[in-house]
Amino acid sequence: MKEYLPILIVFIFVTGFAVTNIIASHLIGRRKNTRAKLMPYECGMDPVGSAHQRFSVKFYLVAMLFILFDIEAIFLVPWAVVFRELIQRLSRPFVFIEMMLFIGVLLVGYVYVWKKGLFEWNS
Amino acid sequence: MEFTHVLFLAFAALAVVAAFNIILQRNPIYCAIGLIVVLCALAGLFLTLHAQFIAAIQIIVYAGAIMVLFVFVIMLLNVREEESKTDRQKILKVIAVPLFLALLAEVFVVIRLVNNSPPAIASAADNTNPAASLGSVESIATAMFTTYVLPFEATSVLILMAIVGAMLLARKNSKDDFERIEQALTLENDETEQAMQADAEKSKEEVAA
Repeated sequence: MKEYLPILIVFIFVTGFAVTNIIASHLIGRRKNTRAKLMPYECGMDPVGSAHQRFSVKFYLVAMLFILFDIEAIFLVPWAVVFRELIQRLSRPFVFIEMMLFIGVLLVGYVYVWKKGLFEWNS
Repeated sequence: MEFTHVLFLAFAALAVVAAFNIILQRNPIYCAIGLIVVLCALAGLFLTLHAQFIAAIQIIVYAGAIMVLFVFVIMLLNVREEESKTDRQKILKVIAVPLFLALLAEVFVVIRLVNNSPPAIASAADNTNPAASLGSVESIATAMFTTYVLPFEATSVLILMAIVGAMLLARKNSKDDFERIEQALTLENDETEQAMQADAEKSKEEVAA
């Protein structure tokens, strides 16, 4: 488990940074509460009414496509890790063509989504 | 007891506690947060089993992307009504306990019956080269791009199907598509046709809203 020590240090550092900031601002910050300051922060929108309202299905569609292309990106990582080694071992660009096929098929999906107007939010 | 064993037990306990939290919470958003904790604990379990790549994917895909989808579903449907609906089905509570015990017994029996020892996992102590272990990115990638090329390429077609399916189900002008699908299926039942038309119009209204 020794090789994960840097990750643990990052976790500790990040948590420590967040906690220190909260404590420090609590201790040395000045507090002047106004009505606007005490309002719950909601991405710049006034939090009026119930938060339980229905969202447009467009958001869901974008989230779904994000997952699909996320999976594509994840396949690229192991490919990049062994690319050089496999190119040398197989002595032909088999691995390269393989991945280009993979990306090509998904590119068809991307063009389809584009042509169907998913990225035009207001139409 | 080794340090890795302690870690394994700690992650396992965290996963079980968070899983119970999912079941016991009423608010679906809190359930979703509990599920994130379970998925992160599972990632920790994968790490202690020397499956680093799966651990990373567990965090990126499951705790990251798929949880977004879960939360979107909770936001898309108004789940408030569902909360009260499930309470009314008392019989589920009665069935749940024996089913849970049966599942536990089944797992126990399977573990007892199957004597195949899992493929030897190189422990961190006797393995100086982490890239050589079974669950590393290198070993998975080498297998994926040499032995299992066809499944890998088939995955791209699968993802393409998912893209097209997602677009078809949730697109803006889904009414035309529904009509085209109807014609293709040559529905003779007029009532189903009308229901589908109404559905399409309803979904169009939702998008417009």
